[in-house]
Amino acid sequence: MSKTIKIDGVEVPFEEGQTIMDAALAADIYIPHLCHRPGLSPHGSCKLCTVDVNGRSVSSCTMPAAEGQEIENDTPALKEVRKTITQMLFVEGNHLCPSCEKTGDCTLQAIGYHLGMLDGHFPQFYPRREVDASHPSLVIDRDRCIMCELCVRASREFDGKDVFAISGRGTNRQLIVNSPTGKLADSDIELDDLAAHICPVGAILIKDHGYEVPIGRRTFDLHSVAETDLDEVILTKVRHHDE
Amino acid sequence: MNPNPSPHLLHALQEHQRQHRFISNQAISDIASQLHLPRAQVEGVTEFYSFFHRTPRGQFDLLFSNCTSCGDLELMHLLCKRLNVKVDQTRADGLVSIGQTSCIGMCDHGAALLVNERPLHSLDSARIEAIATLIEAGTAMEAWPDAWFAVDDHIRRSDLLLQEQLEPGAALRAVEDQGIDAALEKIKISDLRGRGGAGFSTAQKWQFCREAVGDAHYVICNADEGEPGTFKDRLLLTSYADAVFEGMTVCGRIIGAKQGYIYLRGEYRYLLDHLEKSLAAQRQLGLLGSDILDIDGFDFDIEIVVGAGAYICGEESALIESLEQKCGNPRIRPPFPVTHGYLGQPTVVNNVETLAAAAKIVIHDNHWFRGAGTWQSRGTKILSVSGDCARPGIYEYPFGITVQQILDDAGAEHVQAVQIGGPAGRLIGADHFDHHIAFEDLATGGSFMIYDKSRDLLEIIRNFTHFFAHESCGFCTPCRVGTTLLKNGMDKICSGHGTAHDVDELSRTAALVSRRSHCGLGVTAPNPIRDGLKCFPHLFEARLLHQEMEPEFNLDASLEEARQLTHRDDAEAHL
Repeated sequence: MSKTIKIDGVEVPFEEGQTIMDAALAADIYIPHLCHRPGLSPHGSCKLCTVDVNGRSVSSCTMPAAEGQEIENDTPALKEVRKTITQMLFVEGNHLCPSCEKTGDCTLQAIGYHLGMLDGHFPQFYPRREVDASHPSLVIDRDRCIMCELCVRASREFDGKDVFAISGRGTNRQLIVNSPTGKLADSDIELDDLAAHICPVGAILIKDHGYEVPIGRRTFDLHSVAETDLDEVILTKVRHHDE
Repeated sequence: MNPNPSPHLLHALQEHQRQHRFISNQAISDIASQLHLPRAQVEGVTEFYSFFHRTPRGQFDLLFSNCTSCGDLELMHLLCKRLNVKVDQTRADGLVSIGQTSCIGMCDHGAALLVNERPLHSLDSARIEAIATLIEAGTAMEAWPDAWFAVDDHIRRSDLLLQEQLEPGAALRAVEDQGIDAALEKIKISDLRGRGGAGFSTAQKWQFCREAVGDAHYVICNADEGEPGTFKDRLLLTSYADAVFEGMTVCGRIIGAKQGYIYLRGEYRYLLDHLEKSLAAQRQLGLLGSDILDIDGFDFDIEIVVGAGAYICGEESALIESLEQKCGNPRIRPPFPVTHGYLGQPTVVNNVETLAAAAKIVIHDNHWFRGAGTWQSRGTKILSVSGDCARPGIYEYPFGITVQQILDDAGAEHVQAVQIGGPAGRLIGADHFDHHIAFEDLATGGSFMIYDKSRDLLEIIRNFTHFFAHESCGFCTPCRVGTTLLKNGMDKICSGHGTAHDVDELSRTAALVSRRSHCGLGVTAPNPIRDGLKCFPHLFEARLLHQEMEPEFNLDASLEEARQLTHRDDAEAHL
């Protein structure tokens, strides 16, 4: 008999070595997440996948599943916590959804909708962050970066390179490029790399392909994030919509 | 003995900055290629640790402590004015730069600063004037009065650990005489718990590590004493270093480690020479190195790595990251360092005091340590007492001592509040002074800060929220954003612009940050606000603009950018 954990009262089987997130996704149970992507090593930094295990708060993407775990996931209290964390992510950056090329394809925005977030709640930080448009076909707009490090891990673990890193401390953290000049143009990133496509929020964008899919027909205009994130259990490169 | 041919990244950056006064982009590239590290890793580390600067600092670089015990920013502004220099802006002639830094562990020496990495204490306006004169004259630091830099031990009460020095080699010989298993058993019987504050069983930690399978085992001494108000490790490293080293060697012998590291906070760099000499002396005595005590195969040595201004590196997994030449981001746990620590190998990380205690425990009988303290907190605890009292300094007490007794011994009068365990600990008022220092009551890593009735407690709490926002590594969202929200909230309330709504918001955000953060920093960062709201709610209420609910907007704070653009900061430019 396989081992099980309980998520919101439902018995969920797991295998040794799986995290709570792994087991949940395999059982088609959605736990909101931003910094997690099956196939890349778990990170545990965004804290959206926070669940309560036997009363203790843990990140489901990093906590190994273990027999006897009684997990609260889809509860009003946790929804509120996740909404607040999402609001924190919005106010610390500069997220101007209506004019953003990523709108409708942005996981942060989709999670905001999923959690019923209506405003940023907290005063905006309005940070000043640099744009790197040096690369001929990619642009880094740090205003939108949420420090999830998906690009960092994708480059190291999937592309076999080391293009991105996070630098600095606290709210001064920022995405940097591992190149002699610190510019993306001088790195070895290629348009085919997973790191160029994995950004959930449009901090890394493909140039010359703006607004090709009309707003209203984009991924999260047609599907909720709960549906799409359950579909991407096997790691594949996100296809650009004009490919 | 150094197995690594190239220097540690932190040391390379420190050395470069000592010569060039900052780390340029070119320097980052050069150091990266010298050490065969990715450039982004070197850049990341440079930006992470607050002692590294990306623009040139002055020939005299002064960092004033902003701790509530060893800091006085009025004096910083006085010196800035006297030398005609703005905070964090190097003077045009390159002579001097002035900034601030978190607690430098000189809390028993009055207001203090670091000048070119050396602590200078007992500051007052007269000394500021004297410092200004020396700097203007370009007088080399060697010619500054020695007394300004002389750090006293200030031992006011000693007990088991401080009463007598360990006879060199005694602990190692005791381990050999009784056998390794018996020595570990002795530590188990003593019920020694970690002295950093968390209180995990030392014997259990050693046992887990000993049983863990790995290519090598490591012992790390956590000397990153960053909790504001704590300076007891400074004393131990100054006057009881041999006991600390021997504690590490005992641990190494028991868990099967051949290499130990001391992670020394950058603020204590002035102790480095002394510590290196003490290590050399131990090697001379055959207490470190190969075939210790002439026992075939008993090899153990200790290397010191100096930090660079990051409180988070006191968290054991962040410390290990730092030791691995990376930014001090706390790791995902589990796995824990006892199985996957330094370089992924089984590692014990212990506080300085824990290791010194372990060395002494193995030479005494089973009752020696157990006999003191309470049944859940055995032995003694070394406290760093500072703040508003006649006799600040080091007090070693058996666990179970009451707060009031400590206040009496330290000569504290008209006490309004005590911060126990530093900003990450507990803030208590007079109704709690009958409580006990013990893991089961008021736990502390050693910080004991006293505030009398003349102090503005809200300002103290505000100071702590700034500390945590500055020190948050930023890895997880709740702590990265939350500590800044808490800081901004306290700023608004203290400036007299807060409303009842802001207090509610503080309370709600504090609860979330505390419960949902990745590591202990975030979990404890809201403590001052939460304790303040619980024990001193009237202080908050008295400072509010309105008692009723009002929107979040802070008009005065919103004018800040306009003030900067118009170069105005006069009273008329504020609401």
